[in-house]
Amino acid sequence: MHRYIFQRLLLALPVLVGILFVTFALARLIPSDPCRAVLGERATDAICDDFIRRHGLDKPIPVQFAVYMGEVLQGNLGNSIRFNRPVMDLLIERLPMTMELSLAALTIAIVVGVPLGIISAVRHNTTVDVVTMVGANIGVSMPVFWLGLMLAYVFALLLRDTPLQLPPSGRLTSGISLPPLTTTWHLELSGAALNVVDFLSNLYVFNALITGNWRVLIDALRHLILPAVALATIPLALIARITRSSLLEVLSLDYIRTARAKGLREWPVVMKHALRNALLPVVTVVGLSLGGLLSGAVLTETIFSLPGVGRILYDSITARDYTVVQAFTLVIAIGFVGINLLTDLSYAYLDPRIRLS
Amino acid sequence: MATADSTASPAPAGAPSPLAGAEGLRTAAPSTPLYDTWRRLRRRRSAIYGMAILGALILVALFAPVIAPYAPNTVLIGVEPVRPRDNPCIHLLGCPADQPQHLLGIDGNVRDLFSRVVYGAQVSLFIGISTVSFAIVIGVLLGALAGYAGGWADNVIMRLMDVLLAFPALLLAIAIVSVLGPGLRNALIAIGIVSIPAYARVVRASVLSIKEQDFIAASRALGASPWHILFLRVLPNALTPLIVQGTLGIASAILDAAALSFLGLGAQPPTPEWGSMLGQERNQVFTAPHLVFFPGVAIMLTVLGFNLLGDGLRDALDPRLAQVGIKIR
Repeated sequence: MHRYIFQRLLLALPVLVGILFVTFALARLIPSDPCRAVLGERATDAICDDFIRRHGLDKPIPVQFAVYMGEVLQGNLGNSIRFNRPVMDLLIERLPMTMELSLAALTIAIVVGVPLGIISAVRHNTTVDVVTMVGANIGVSMPVFWLGLMLAYVFALLLRDTPLQLPPSGRLTSGISLPPLTTTWHLELSGAALNVVDFLSNLYVFNALITGNWRVLIDALRHLILPAVALATIPLALIARITRSSLLEVLSLDYIRTARAKGLREWPVVMKHALRNALLPVVTVVGLSLGGLLSGAVLTETIFSLPGVGRILYDSITARDYTVVQAFTLVIAIGFVGINLLTDLSYAYLDPRIRLS
Repeated sequence: MATADSTASPAPAGAPSPLAGAEGLRTAAPSTPLYDTWRRLRRRRSAIYGMAILGALILVALFAPVIAPYAPNTVLIGVEPVRPRDNPCIHLLGCPADQPQHLLGIDGNVRDLFSRVVYGAQVSLFIGISTVSFAIVIGVLLGALAGYAGGWADNVIMRLMDVLLAFPALLLAIAIVSVLGPGLRNALIAIGIVSIPAYARVVRASVLSIKEQDFIAASRALGASPWHILFLRVLPNALTPLIVQGTLGIASAILDAAALSFLGLGAQPPTPEWGSMLGQERNQVFTAPHLVFFPGVAIMLTVLGFNLLGDGLRDALDPRLAQVGIKIR
C-alpha cells in the first residue's frame, strides 16, 4: 500500500508543475496591459513603467516563471493588484465559504443519492425505480443557474411568510454577525496559526457550532440550504444512477445467490453483502463530482450573492487581477488533484485487486 | 371503377410476398452491426424518448421561421400594445382576444419570447455539434497517437491531458474565454478545448486494447503502413465508445455554453441563445419569472434529449453492459 501511495504521488508531480505553468501562462496571456487595467486608462507612461518594474513584469517570461515558482514553493502567493492585499488573506476569507457550500452540497448528494439508488435497485423496474431514474435524468440535465433562480423564486417569493421561506442571498441575515474565533476565545496569535484559526472562523457553520452560537448556526444553515440544494442536484442524480446500476450488477453475481440460498433475509444480503462491493464506482463518482461542484460553485455563488472563491475568481478574471487569478486557480487545481489522488487511494483501499496489480 | 382500383392495388403488394419472406431471412442471417445497434436501440426506452426529443428539436430548429410568429430580434414597440416583460398571453387559456397572443410572454426589450426560444434551438444545436466535432477531431488525433505510438509521446500527451483535467471544466473555460475575449465563437473554442481530454482518453484506451489483437498483427505482417493500420484498422474499431462519449458530450457542451453565456462570456445579445436570455433577465426573476423559466426549460429538454440518447446508445453499443442488462432481467 505504501509503495502504491508513493507511486501515485510521484505521478502527480508532473501534473502539478503543469498546473503551475498553465496558471502562470493564463495570467500572462490575458490581453491588455495590467497597469492600465489596475490604475485606470489615464495612467501615464511613467507611472506604468514604475508599476511594471515594481511587479517584475519587465523581466523575461522564463525568469518570471522561475520567480513565480520559487515564490509559490515558499507559500508566498503575492499581493492582489486590485485590492492591494496579500492573496493569502483573500483565500482565508473566500475559501471557507466555497468549502462550506461544496461540503453541504456533497453531503446532500450522498445522503439522498445513495439510498435512492439502493431503493431503485432493490425495487428494480417498479414505479419507485422508474420515477427515481426519470428524476435522475432530469436532474443531470438541469442548468445549475436556472435551478438556483427557480429555487430562489419558489422559496423566497412564493413561500414568503410561511415557515418554509428561505433567504435567497448572502451568508447571514444582515444584522446578525459572527465574531472570529480569536475574538471569542481571546487568542493572541500571529503567522500561520492565525491564518488557520481565521480560516476556521470563516467556516461559519463550524464556528457557530463549536462556540455554541445557535442563533447564528441556524441562520447560516438556512442561508446555505438553497445554494447547496441547487449545487447538489447534478451529483445527487449521478450518485443515485451509479449506485443503482452498480448494485444491480453486484446483485446478479453468484455469491449473492449463495447468500440468499443460505437463507439470509433480503435486507442483510443487500446492505451487508452487496452494497460493500457496489460502492466502489460510487466512490469514483463522488470524487469526480467534486470538480463539478467547484464549477457549479461559480454559478451558485453568482446567483445567491455569496462571497466565495468562484465569485472572486470570475471578478478577478474580468478585472485582470493576475495574482488573484493565478493563486485561486492554483489552489483549486491542486485541491482537485489531491481529491483525485484520495479517490484513487480509497479505491485501492476498498479493492485489493487494484493495489496488488 | 373504384372497386377495380381497390382489387388491383393488393395484387402488386401480394405478388412480392414470397420475396419479402426471403428478404426477412436475408437480413436475419448476417445482421450488420448497424442494424443490430438499431434493433437494440429501439428496445431502449431512454433512447426512444431521447430520439423523440431531439427529433422535435431538430424540426423546431429547421422550421424556426415557420413556427416563430416574429423574427427573434423584432422589437414590438409601436407594433403591438405590449409592455416590457408582459406575462404570457394565450387566447385558449382565457387571455382576452383583443390582446395580441404571446405564448411565452414579452422580454425586457419588448420582443416575443416564444420566437426567441424557438430560434434558440438553432443556436444550441450549432453549439453542441460544433464544439464536440472540434474536440473529437483533436482528441482522436491525440488519443490515437498516444495509444498507438506509446512511449514518451504517450507520456507527454496524457500528462498534458491530466493537466487540463486538473481544472474544473467551467473554470478553465472561463479562463480561456478571458484570454480570447468574450463572444460565442471564443466560448465554443474554450469549451472545445476543455472537452478534448475526455475524447483523447476514450480513444487511447480503445486503441491500446485493439492494437494488441491478432487482426492488427496480420495487417502488419501484410506490410501495411502504421498510418494505414491506425486509421483504417484500429480507429474504426474504436468508434463505439467515441459515439457514446460524443452524444453525452454534446449535452455537457450545451450546458457549459449556456453557463458561459449566462455569465456574459458567451453569446452576446441580441443572439437568441438560451443561456444569455436567462442571464440578461436573471435579476427580474421575482417580477417576471417566465423570462427565466422558459429558456431554462428549453436548455433542460435539449440536454435531456442528448443524455437519454447517449445512455441508450451506450447500452445498445456496449455488449458487456447489454449482457449485464439481460442477466438482471
